[in-house]
Amino acid sequence: MSARTISQERNLFRIHVLEAKYEFLKLLRLPAYIIPTLAFPLVFYMLFGVAMKHQGPGGAFDFPTYLIATYGAFGVMNAALFGLGVGLAVERGQGWLLFKRATPMPPLAPYLGKLAMCLLFGTIMILALFTLGATAGGVRLPLSTWLSLGAVQVAGALPFAACGLAVGYWAGPNSAPAIINLISLPAAFGSGMWFPIQMMPGFVRKIAQFLPPYHYAQLTLGRLGLDRGEPASRHVAVLVVFTAASMAFAWWGYRRDEGKTFG
Amino acid sequence: MKPTIEKDGQPVAELRRAVKRYGSVTALAGIDFAVRPGEVVALLGPNGAGKTTAVQLLLGLLRPSAGEARLFGRDPRSPGARMRTGTMLQVAKVPETLKVKEHVHLISSYYPHPLPGAEVIAAAGLAGLEDRLFGKLSGGQRQRVLFALALCGNPDLLFLDEPTVGLDVESRRAFWSVIGEKAAQGRSVLLTTHYLEEADALADRIVLITGGRIVAEGTPAEIKARAAGRKVRCRTSLPLEQIAALAGVHGARRDGELTELLAVDADPVIRDLLSRDSGLSALEVRGADLEEAFLALTGSEEKEEVAA
Repeated sequence: MSARTISQERNLFRIHVLEAKYEFLKLLRLPAYIIPTLAFPLVFYMLFGVAMKHQGPGGAFDFPTYLIATYGAFGVMNAALFGLGVGLAVERGQGWLLFKRATPMPPLAPYLGKLAMCLLFGTIMILALFTLGATAGGVRLPLSTWLSLGAVQVAGALPFAACGLAVGYWAGPNSAPAIINLISLPAAFGSGMWFPIQMMPGFVRKIAQFLPPYHYAQLTLGRLGLDRGEPASRHVAVLVVFTAASMAFAWWGYRRDEGKTFG
Repeated sequence: MKPTIEKDGQPVAELRRAVKRYGSVTALAGIDFAVRPGEVVALLGPNGAGKTTAVQLLLGLLRPSAGEARLFGRDPRSPGARMRTGTMLQVAKVPETLKVKEHVHLISSYYPHPLPGAEVIAAAGLAGLEDRLFGKLSGGQRQRVLFALALCGNPDLLFLDEPTVGLDVESRRAFWSVIGEKAAQGRSVLLTTHYLEEADALADRIVLITGGRIVAEGTPAEIKARAAGRKVRCRTSLPLEQIAALAGVHGARRDGELTELLAVDADPVIRDLLSRDSGLSALEVRGADLEEAFLALTGSEEKEEVAA
């Protein structure tokens, strides 16, 4: 008998679709992911956006419109940070990722699957938020503005997915959620995602310049003419540098991880 | 059932003078080792012996510090080699919010010629649990899912790294019958375990490993004959050299006032001792544990103390 002929024919597209599908089901059945990602932005919007419709400290500040941009951004950022960061930290810490690496899995499949699902959950949340804004919030925008706002919000998942990747490779399965909350909540607040940055004290606005979520929030607000008028190119540049730095940290963590699996 | 014969019967998995160091710790001190087509081999050794390291080198999950690891004659990292391999690793947790059949479906998709899902489920003894979330399974059921995931791709070579660790005796035996029936079937299997009984139940050949070295190799019967030893302790005036030279004694040493020796079969040795020293006292016999059996086999420290 001769060696069995090995056909390596697999449908790579199908593998990636399945990977994403099961990533979706995995997260959908996980309240610890669904509640912060889908429910928090919507509940906060009801509490602060809809309830404060007619009472800005400056008189007629348009809270419902401002917050539709920033809560959407906040939700997408969390979907990416938790989906990639916690998902990866848990699967890596429990040996699941190592097992998958021993299979002939296409090497990028779990990352692409996780990223695709963060984008999908982000999109679902934004659609729900827009619906809430257009109804209870009374926000009126041209269709093209809704669309471009949504597009910028969803695209914002990329830098934070990269950041999540880095956290996932450096944090343990138990510490990852705490670390992400510790980063994302204060950063979101200081970036004007929860409360208009224009009404924050001067020092907060100075610090905000160093926070990637601030630049992300400004880009989304720019679609509504509610940003602070800084050039969009600067925001994009900061986010590109942040993404590159996150990827570098993630790569470093990946290399370190590869070398230290004990026997 | 499956043709797994390689050209020239070349090994399906092979380590050549493989060394793995973690900083100053040497996990594998240069071992040569091969699994031949259709063979079920157990790597048997105590915790920390280097078994998992050996498996991870063969799977291409670790790079050897020196020497070489080959899988089907290739680099273990090549997808071609991995497509013919199924793996059961010591995974603490599998994602808990997917169902059994969903896990099987996804892992199967990685392979060019997977087994039908229903066949995998049946082979791993998971019938009736397909729709259960992994998080709702018992320990024994979880191990069977991990086994199912190793079978998915209809592999020529199965790696089973400590497949029954943490299971109670009953689940362990049930699991053996599953592996014994379904795993073999013409496949090559590399099993690691620290249970002699498990290696005995499943393997054609046992490779004993301790401290990162191979210390013995043979059929289960050969290894058991040498490893299933008894430890005899007594107070005697006989010189150590004389005791060590007795038939059936694998090693002897002084422990304070007492003399301790290892023997495969204690009874004839005790009769022999009593006939030579009628003043012998404080006699105590018990089963040697696996590590003592290893020591008896390697005869490291003990033998050096014996002037025989």
